[in-house]
Amino acid sequence: MPWAEAFLNTQTNNSENLADSNERHLSYTDALHEALDLALELDKKAFILGQGVNDPIGMFGVTTDLYKKFSEERVFDTPLSEEGMTGMCAGAAMNGMRPVYLHNRPDFLLLTFNQLVNHASKMHYMDEGHTNVPMVIWSAIGRGWGSGAQHSQAVQGLLLSVPGLKIIMPSTPYDAKGLMLSAIADNNPVVIFEHRWLMKQNGYVPEGIYKIPIGEGIYRTRGEDLTIVGSSHAIALAQIALDSLAEEGVTADVIDLRTIKPLDEKIIIESVKKTGRILVVDTGWAMGGVCAEVGCLVAEKAFEYLKAPVRRVGLPDSPTPAGFTLEQYYYPTSEKIADAIKLTISNDK
Amino acid sequence: MVKYKYKGQGYSNTDINKYSKELLLNLLFSMIRIRMIEETIESKYHEDQMKSPIHLVIGQEATSVGACAALKVTDHIYSSHRTHGNYLAKGGDLKAMMSELFCRANGCCGSRGGSMHLIDKSVGMMSTSAIVSGIVPIANGAAMASKMKNEGRVIGVFFGDAAMEEGAFWESLNFAILKKLPIIYLCENNFYSVCTPLDKRQPASVELFDKAAGFGIEAKQIDATNLLLVYETVLEAAEKARNGGGPTFIENVAYRLRGHGGAGDDSKSGYRGLDEVDSWQNICPIHTLQNEMKNHNLIDENTINDFQNRTQLEIDEAFHHAVSSPNPSEDSLMQHVYAD
Repeated sequence: MPWAEAFLNTQTNNSENLADSNERHLSYTDALHEALDLALELDKKAFILGQGVNDPIGMFGVTTDLYKKFSEERVFDTPLSEEGMTGMCAGAAMNGMRPVYLHNRPDFLLLTFNQLVNHASKMHYMDEGHTNVPMVIWSAIGRGWGSGAQHSQAVQGLLLSVPGLKIIMPSTPYDAKGLMLSAIADNNPVVIFEHRWLMKQNGYVPEGIYKIPIGEGIYRTRGEDLTIVGSSHAIALAQIALDSLAEEGVTADVIDLRTIKPLDEKIIIESVKKTGRILVVDTGWAMGGVCAEVGCLVAEKAFEYLKAPVRRVGLPDSPTPAGFTLEQYYYPTSEKIADAIKLTISNDK
Repeated sequence: MVKYKYKGQGYSNTDINKYSKELLLNLLFSMIRIRMIEETIESKYHEDQMKSPIHLVIGQEATSVGACAALKVTDHIYSSHRTHGNYLAKGGDLKAMMSELFCRANGCCGSRGGSMHLIDKSVGMMSTSAIVSGIVPIANGAAMASKMKNEGRVIGVFFGDAAMEEGAFWESLNFAILKKLPIIYLCENNFYSVCTPLDKRQPASVELFDKAAGFGIEAKQIDATNLLLVYETVLEAAEKARNGGGPTFIENVAYRLRGHGGAGDDSKSGYRGLDEVDSWQNICPIHTLQNEMKNHNLIDENTINDFQNRTQLEIDEAFHHAVSSPNPSEDSLMQHVYAD
């Protein structure tokens, strides 16, 4: 197993404080490309597949030209058979391979639920741990003008209640690379949701292999007035919102979950005990998703510390509209988050 | 009414002298053993101690036994919910199977799988699915792994006729042909999906194997009450797959003599004719091979009785083992949700 050794040989770093060194910046997509390149180099059992991975666009640039270096045996385009290919990945993973299956849009993951939910996530349990299913499913939330109800969905909430799955939602290039490597090295099925709006972002990315623990969140900022919990693009919006209230003296603990399953309950409860207020932000629907789960967790395990009601900013309970104007009303914005922050800190019980 | 008639030729076109007596005895005994195990399960099922939904293979044993015998020990099989025959034919441990049916901690899946998930990886019974056609893409992945690792391992996957009504089946067939995967698709056509006959589900004008052939795979339809036909056909397909020749589809036609699930035959409910069931009783795969072997002086009643007596002891011991085994503990509930 080359992964344990590779991580051992690396100084594990769970934060981005090294960014001060300012040495090496990569774009989000280049960071992901580098992760895949390293994984293919390190582990002969790893392979990459997906519809479009070898086309000129190369999955937003994440897989561009990898097949030239590693052959079309290990990096290959697939038929549009999402369920069949997901099951194929599970079967290969159950036999020692480490597939990474990429999708342009998470909407197509809905075609794979039979294999993802009924099979891949349950095989380890159903045969009493004799079989591992080390596979990675990656997809990019395709928010953009006109993407509409079937090309922009953030379906993480639907998968949150599936035992046996791990779900990753990175927010920085550093995390995108580190979490991808952790996901490929993990012995369970892991789903990664990227957000298209993060892909042009640049940030500090160390060379080589490093690991970010799956199931642990991180404080992005520390403050006193409230706790803001989220992941992926929602964290970027929350930061802008918080910055806009800086002159008013508002400070917050901003917790980037990094992985929404397993959920880092410890960091959330720890922070809420200190601030007494929580706002959950997510790129998905507020109902029944990350917002609902984190909100419930706090109500269940930190109720006596709450000074204000739990608040959430997610998508309204409607499909995504296709038109530009309606989109503006639909999506959470930093302004909406700023309003929610103000409400949370002004409305003590 | 007999809607689905037997269309085979029995053993009239089979040269039984081609095979060693030892092989023939093993094949016959394997079928008899599976039948006896299932009949014992059936006789005790009403006691409600085996709290697991069973799907008996009675009438279709020749597919399990013939296919597994044609594969190498190192080859792997994957199965639908109708697992008993495949598990036992591949060499799965009987005691672990019975413990699983009795929901005991030492069952082959630690009571996490039940009858529809009998798995014994030590003998190559790798995985199963209770979702129709769910195991087919997974078996494809196993074949992909075998190919990528250059293992020379052949994968056999068992599924019913209704699996060919699921999209994932055709997605898998397409991919296996595209990548020349070393896999054998073992369709067990017993004409019924639960109580719904084939002609209510698929147009009768096209045979199952013809549809598969339309995708570009070598496809055959065989009389799967004739064990040696199954054996020969799978042997040839495995040889081809091992030599890089890609996948084969085999439609194994044999009748399900019991209901879809549970003990006994449920034909009285009227979904199929009692005369149809009777007509297939006469061509039970065990009796036809046994008679053929008797006709060639390869076996006699005493040998069969001896084997049955020994097997009954083995079965009794396995049942005793299961019922005297511990139940799983509450603190084990959350184990194996995630792998380390």
